[in-house]
Formats: sequence, structure tokens, C-alpha cells
Amino acid sequence: MTENPLVSLAADLLSGQIRVVDLTQTLSSAFPQIVLPPEFGQCWPFRIEEVSRYDERGSAWYWNNFSCGEHTGTHFDAPIHWVSGRDLPNNATDTLPVQHLVGAACVIDCSAEAAADPDFLLTANHLQRWEAVHGRIPPRSWVLMRTDWSKRSDPVAYQNYDETGQHTPGPATDVVRFLIDERDVVGFGSESIGTDAGQGYHLKPPYPCHYYMHGAGRYGLQCLTNLDLLPPTGALLFCAPLKIKNGSGSPIRALALVRGEDHKGG
Amino acid sequence: MIPPLLRPKRKNPILRTRLPLLPPSSRSRAALGLTAAAALGRFELQVCGSCGIVQYPPREVCHGCLSGALHWREQSGSGELISTTTVHLSQDPYFRERVPWRLGMVRLDVGPTVIVHLHVGCAPVPSRVRVGACLDKSGQGVLMAFPIDEVPNMADDTQLREMTCDPKFRKVLVTDGKTDVGQAIVRGLIAAGADLVWVGYAEPWKKIPGFAALAALPQVALLPLDLSDSRSVKEMAGEIGGKVDILINSAEVHRAQGIASRSGIEAARAEMDINYFGLLRLAQEFGPVMRSRAADGQSSATAWVNLLSIYALCNYPSHGTFSASKAAALSLSQCLRAEMRAGGVRVINVFPGPIDDEWNQTLPPPKLTPEALAKAIVNALKDGVEDIYPGDVAQEWLARWEESPKTLEREVSV
Repeated sequence: MTENPLVSLAADLLSGQIRVVDLTQTLSSAFPQIVLPPEFGQCWPFRIEEVSRYDERGSAWYWNNFSCGEHTGTHFDAPIHWVSGRDLPNNATDTLPVQHLVGAACVIDCSAEAAADPDFLLTANHLQRWEAVHGRIPPRSWVLMRTDWSKRSDPVAYQNYDETGQHTPGPATDVVRFLIDERDVVGFGSESIGTDAGQGYHLKPPYPCHYYMHGAGRYGLQCLTNLDLLPPTGALLFCAPLKIKNGSGSPIRALALVRGEDHKGG
Repeated sequence: MIPPLLRPKRKNPILRTRLPLLPPSSRSRAALGLTAAAALGRFELQVCGSCGIVQYPPREVCHGCLSGALHWREQSGSGELISTTTVHLSQDPYFRERVPWRLGMVRLDVGPTVIVHLHVGCAPVPSRVRVGACLDKSGQGVLMAFPIDEVPNMADDTQLREMTCDPKFRKVLVTDGKTDVGQAIVRGLIAAGADLVWVGYAEPWKKIPGFAALAALPQVALLPLDLSDSRSVKEMAGEIGGKVDILINSAEVHRAQGIASRSGIEAARAEMDINYFGLLRLAQEFGPVMRSRAADGQSSATAWVNLLSIYALCNYPSHGTFSASKAAALSLSQCLRAEMRAGGVRVINVFPGPIDDEWNQTLPPPKLTPEALAKAIVNALKDGVEDIYPGDVAQEWLARWEESPKTLEREVSV
């Protein structure tokens, strides 16, 4: 009888052979929100109101009500989020196959490029150079673009707006097509607000990662953090959204499993 | 010669902060007519519709002919100062702390002789004076005699300063400095002699033209403040609430829409969240501490200003959800006024007509410039009134609303 791998996984988690890495930004009202022109509908930022705190409003208990949009904080984008994915089957948070929500992650380190150029675009060429070192991206993997953008703790620097809009790194059109057509990825994740670059509106098509990924039934993860603690390959990602009926996405607690020797945080 | 007001010394932190007291505030219902007029900056007396007599003090019927047809009518206030006295000893707790206090008797040209608080600039008896109505610390209308002609440092009279909310040497919070109106208010306050202006700003990643220049002014201190965020309001009230003398809530969300012109409630909710709940958050966090500091020396907490809209009186359907949020804010501000009155902090409601900004872009003139609105607000503080209606459109709406709310409702709903 073969050993149940989950039993040994549980033992490795207990012993610390396998480490759990939190890829999630703290939900707070201070965390910045996606910006749209004011005439558009707006996604709610995270807000919290105290219900009671061991006081006259509730003597023995503390709790809060919170509010936010589906795309607040570290969050998941379902295919139905974009017009290109609107007619796909099982395209919403309540219907998408949960088997997709746990999977291998490949981490593409673009931190040096993003530090040099906030408008850095990850290209297919760049990805192929990464594969030459780390191997071919396996089918049904998640591809996470590490930029260290999450280390910008000042919301102004994180948003990085000027009068021409936002300047944050993201994928070029060709790498999005390549990841879908040539590598069959499950989804794409980034550290900034949006899987697309800050200037992604000016690419062809506008917001190519949203347009093509969701059009092909793939997913997006945004506002990830701690990607620098993950190995280039070999991490297992957990990124389940809340089961919102016909939801377009949801804040998540993104976690990754890594082997102890791969964990870069020591 | 009135001695100019001097910048007060820093507060001695080992002395107890003086608690606010109020001058006698009970009035008959008839006498509240004087208060209602003073709240608008007007001096009105009862005029008998039958015999034409002008009467003071206010009564239920005419003291000359017993007619009940009494009408409050605006008066010029000109008259002769016939007697003065200075109170050095008072059993009233409020005046006891403020003696010596000057009083006078003025024979008004229209007939009655009235007891007045006396501005220090009035010439000795007998002299010509102008009587005006002011709101005192209890929010009630009282009469004060002023010199006919403007004298230097007129606003610095200590008795008058009990009636007004002059920003000179005071510290002011403007809750949103990122709008054109907010920026104009900040500049207006600095020009009026405010010592310090905290300028609230939300969403720091959105850079607004003019904001950097405003931030560079020496009297300005930037304050991260988001009225949609209870924690932000609480934190900033904890940080500066005990120093704010005047709070001007300039934050508003305005979307030009009615009910059918935009589906869903999100934009309307954003209006409500800032225009109504934002005021409630501010009032809960800043209200009590300001009320407790209403007698804290020369630069005590003195006023709270709400930027409402003339549409708070009557819904303007093409800006229908905005109107509704401002009506809600008006109602809440009346509650705030009642609560702040216990400390003597004045709540001033500002009802502008359409402001010349991006959300009124398609409306034809006349529109109120941010600078004109800021000037009206500073003047309201200097005059110590409760309600102002700046601009031609607001004045016209007000007149029509006072005449017939139903007629106005039908007129503007085309």
C-alpha cells in the first residue's frame, strides 16, 4: 500500500519541513484602492465599523462590520470580471472549479527591472530566458510576477500616479498570449493593483491580461506580497475566493506551501 | 481707540481648562423671532399690522392696540445712546467670569428704547449708534449697539467676540482641501488671520492641481483625513481634536443624477457616505471635545461650519440624489446644533447655489465661484450667524421657498 502523500504533508507541516507563506496584504482602510475616473462606478475600499467591544452595545463580545468591493486588497479575479469572459461556463466565484484554486506556482523575478522602470513590461522573450534557467512552466500552473512592488508601504509610492495615470509594472500582450496558448497556465498574479500594468489601458488590446486571461477562462491575482519568499518553482499556491453568487472576484487569504529549504525568509 | 487683539500666549498646561457657561437662554416663543432674525444676521422687531407701532420687547399682542397681527420686520437700528453702565459684579455665572461688561440704553428712531450690549467703540452719551442683533453664546438673539462708522479693530471688542466666531488667531480644520472650494476656504481663512489651518486630504495618491502650493503655505498643516473611514476620523480627532477652534466641513461628493438617469445606488451611496455619514463621523469624534473647549481663553472653540446646498431645502431633480444627501445633512446639522449649543459652539450651515466646479459644468451661469463661497463663509464666522445662502441662485431659491415650498418644488421639477 502506497503512503498517502497528504499524511506525509501534514507531518511535514507539523515538523516545519513544509512552510506556509502568507502572500496577503493586511485588509485595512489604509490600503489603497483601484482608481477609476470619478464619473465611473467605484469599487469600495475596505472599511470597518465597530459593532461592540465588551461595552453597552454588546457586553461580552467584540466584533466589527466591514465593507469592501470584490476587488479590494489582495484579491482574486474570476473570468466573469471582464467582458471577454462574460459568456464562459463556470466563470464566477461560485461556479468555477475549486480544483483550479490550488496549484503549482512559478515565480518570475522582475524586481530589478521594476526597480529600474516602473512601467516595466514582462515580455515572452523575458519569460523564455527564465525558462532556460528554471525549466518549462508546467501546464495548469500559476505564474506570479515578482516585482517587489508590495514593499512600497507608502500608498502614494504604491499607486505611483502622475498626470498621465498610474505607473506600475505588468505583462506585455505577447507574454499573456504565450502563457495561455503555449503554456496553458491557470492564472497570472501580480503585486500591484491590477494584473495589468498601470499604463495597460494604452496597450493593444487595452488591459491585455484581463482581456485575454479572462477571455480564456483563466484567473487573476492582485496585490500579492511576499513573493520574494517563494522559490522560482516548487511552491504550491492556495487562492480560494469567497463563494459569492455570480461574484466577479473576492478578497482572499493567499497562501503558499514551500519546502523549508526553499523558504527565503529563513 | 480699541486695543487690537493680540496673539494669545500658549496655554498654561497646569491650569484647569475653564468650562463653558452660557448667558441666560430662556425666551418666550414670541421673543424667539429676534433670535430667528439674528441667526440670519438681521435685526428685526415686531411691527403691528393694525396700528403700525414698532414694539420691544416682543409680546404676543401689540402693546398699543392689543392686535395680534404682529409681523417681524427688519430695522435699520439707528438710534441715540442715552445711557450707559458698566457691570462689575454679577450673580450670573456666565457674566461673573466676564465682568466688567458694558451695557447701554438706546432710544431707537422707530420708537422703542432698548437695553443693549455696548460696543467699546461707541462714543459717550449722547451719541448716535446703530443697534444690531447678534447671537450670544447660548445661541439666542441679543441686541448690541455699534458706532455708526467703522472704527479700527472693530471686531476685536471682547464683548463682540463673545458673539462672533472670528477666525483671527484661531486654529481651523478644513476637512477637505483637495477641492477648489476647500482650497479657497483655506486661503480665505489665512487672509482673515487664522493662526493655523489643518487641511484634510483623502486618497493621497490622487494629486490635485494647486494642492502642493497650498501645502507650502506657512499656516497650513496637512492632515490625512477620509470622512468615509471612521478610523481615520477617530484617529485625527484624537490627534488634533483638542486644538481645533473652528471646524469647516468642506468635504462633499456630488454626482449630477436623478433616480432614473443612473442605475444602481452606488453613486448615491457615495454621496450619502460623505455628505451625511461623514458629518456624523466628524460630529461624534470632534463634537464633544470642541464643546468642552468653548470657553478656553481668547481662542476657544467657537464654530462648526457645514457646507450644505440650497438643494437641501428643495430637491433639484437633475441633482436629485445629491439633494437628498444634503437634506439629510441639514437635518443632522440641526441635531448637532442643538448638542453644540450646550457648550456655546455655533453651528453654521452654508446653503450655496450651484458652485462653478466640474460637477456643475453643464449648468449655465450664474454659478458661485469657490472664492465667493469662501468669502461668504469667512464673513459668516466674523458675523456669527447661523445660516447663509451665498449667491444669486441660492437667494432666489430661498425667497421662493419662504414664499411657497410647494410652488418651488413644482417650478424646479421641469
